[in-house]
Amino acid sequence: MMMTGAQILIEELIRHGTETVFGYPGGAVLDIYDALYKSADRIEHVISAHEQGAAHAADGYARRKGKTGVVIATSGPGATNLVTGIANAYLDSVPIVAVTGNVAVPLLGKDSFQEVDIVGITQPIVKHNFVVRDISELESVITEAFHIASSGRKGPVLIDIPKSVQQDVCEYKGVCRPPQKAKAGRADISAAVEAVKNCERPYIYCGGGAIAAEAEDEVLALSKRLSAPIALSMMGLTAVPNSYELNLGMCGMHGKAAATVAQSEADLMIAVGVRFSDRATGNVEAYTKNCTVIHIDIDEAELGKNVRSLIEVCGDAKQILKDLLESLPEKRNDEWVKTVLDYKKRDCSDTDKELFTPKNIIKLVRGFFDDDTVVATDVGQHQMWVMQHYPFEKPRTLLTSGGLGTMGYGMGAAIGGCIASGRRGTLLFTGDGSFGMNLNELATAVSQRLPLLIILFNNGALGMVRQWQCLFYDERYSSTTLQRKTDFTALAKAFGADSCRVCSLPELRAVLESGVPCEGPLLLDCRINMDEMVFPMIPPGGSVKNIRYD
Amino acid sequence: MNERFTVGLIVTNRHGVLNRIAGLYGKRGYNIDSLAVGETEDPNISRMTIVSTGDRYISTQVVRQLNKLYDVKLAVLLEEGDSVSVEHLLIKIKTNGDGNGAITSLLNDYGGKILEFGNHFIVADLTGEPKKIQEFIKKCVPLGIIELCRSGALALSTGTSNILSIKDFSDNKS
Repeated sequence: MMMTGAQILIEELIRHGTETVFGYPGGAVLDIYDALYKSADRIEHVISAHEQGAAHAADGYARRKGKTGVVIATSGPGATNLVTGIANAYLDSVPIVAVTGNVAVPLLGKDSFQEVDIVGITQPIVKHNFVVRDISELESVITEAFHIASSGRKGPVLIDIPKSVQQDVCEYKGVCRPPQKAKAGRADISAAVEAVKNCERPYIYCGGGAIAAEAEDEVLALSKRLSAPIALSMMGLTAVPNSYELNLGMCGMHGKAAATVAQSEADLMIAVGVRFSDRATGNVEAYTKNCTVIHIDIDEAELGKNVRSLIEVCGDAKQILKDLLESLPEKRNDEWVKTVLDYKKRDCSDTDKELFTPKNIIKLVRGFFDDDTVVATDVGQHQMWVMQHYPFEKPRTLLTSGGLGTMGYGMGAAIGGCIASGRRGTLLFTGDGSFGMNLNELATAVSQRLPLLIILFNNGALGMVRQWQCLFYDERYSSTTLQRKTDFTALAKAFGADSCRVCSLPELRAVLESGVPCEGPLLLDCRINMDEMVFPMIPPGGSVKNIRYD
Repeated sequence: MNERFTVGLIVTNRHGVLNRIAGLYGKRGYNIDSLAVGETEDPNISRMTIVSTGDRYISTQVVRQLNKLYDVKLAVLLEEGDSVSVEHLLIKIKTNGDGNGAITSLLNDYGGKILEFGNHFIVADLTGEPKKIQEFIKKCVPLGIIELCRSGALALSTGTSNILSIKDFSDNKS
């Protein structure tokens, strides 16, 4: 059938299972938007307030659904506005396909109106990108793009389509298949099996790769088989239910002390789908001094990159763990289990339950939502408090910016996650700093009537940076105490959302009891103390010896 | 320990590929000492030879990172003992009119040949291992180098491993 390039794009998106695309129209994507208009019964388009929000929405959608998210932007500024969103997806290995329009082929390379070399700009932050200069390549490029984004270590792919290619006409068959690569053989696990058999105090460190590989059950089974405690990277936080006894919670700079202390005493670490980020390890030498490390990852370049001497097992985490489980007998070390459970108990010491603290707010809110609720966060102190205190029970219920640490991620991600979950009630924890960066997406949430509950931790400061200034810069609060007069409740109302201010736990409880949102966003402006800090904390480059508890 | 290492690559012959590969070295902070690229028997596929400096950790990382690039079909480390490495030099040297004995004898020693006689200079070329080229250039310095141009090393494995055959990647099955 003869079709325009724009029509072929839409047909291909649908053929690759896309139900919702996020984006923002413009001159160089008019044809794509025209094709979307004509196919509105088969594919939904959600317009954001800014392209960055659309990119984060596609990212949040992909994380929740476990399939590739799609974002569309026009050329020039539309394309450059995607950059942070693409980098965010790249650092966290999230599969998205970003489609940008560009000027017509004869105008390319001439600094035409709204022309940028977006392929050049995004090169270091994508798995791959394409410029489609000839419509005959379009179908195969889109097929390849979806394949690249969702295979191996997942990540973003960008397709730049000049306007003339969108308008050209070509025979469309819709039959392209990605090239079949020879299946990789089974990974050699013999050295890993030997190491596990010889260890006494095993410890599992599990990251986002375990979720990407859908290896959650195998991680749990391995922990039970070996009586091994599990610590989670932030990206892996939902891989294991919080209620599982041997789940010690997040490790790293602001991780649970139990996770850090147990790690320092383990003689074997089985790392699954992690990349040993500096935020997770602290001082790498001290981190691996006492233990053998087995590193399982699908990306060979991660093996030996940050932690150098280890047993490398490259491949699909699910298959490798299955193979390990087949080869490993049950192991018991009651003393080790008792030790780590003691550490865990110490982590749970409760302070005053009546105070309006971030921890108590999170715990109270959690009680009104079920285990399937999607929780998005922004970046900063509030993010760490959520990681520490929100008990996640199911995979893919947390949308948070890990590697890039993108303030402003939350609003877009919450929108994408909410739509991906069938527009169920969705939570966003944010701070006044982060929220200020992309709060324009409130407009999107309102027009889409998304049931978002936005918990705004409002301390009038850039809390995390301020915390570092307090601890490491002799309390010189340079540009972190915000002298803003923003009335967030009035602001939310101006966007058409509901909002109120809450200053105590009973007030918060009363609001939540009166009903969580179902017909649009509700923003709760929670006034918290500026001097509240995130503890425990391991200072950058530190180790278990440097944990600060207050 | 830092030493020179050579990577051989099979890549798609497409615009922007060189950029992606150079970009990867740049982004990770690895220096490229030399880079040579040319088409293979299939014009859709090129072969590159890239020489860098670094320890074992860096060379392993470089090869693994390169293999992740979509346009890189295969990248391998070509170890010194199992590969040959050859470079081409073009050099313009000052002449001083006294028969140029020093230059011609140096060229004879190294197996180079003269391509052009100018009024005050000669143009010569020389092919050989990069180390030999380096040594030759050093000896030309006192004679007066006007300009020179090196191709960058080309490397090929001498054994049966690390063969960069294009047959698994080529569409031209003929």
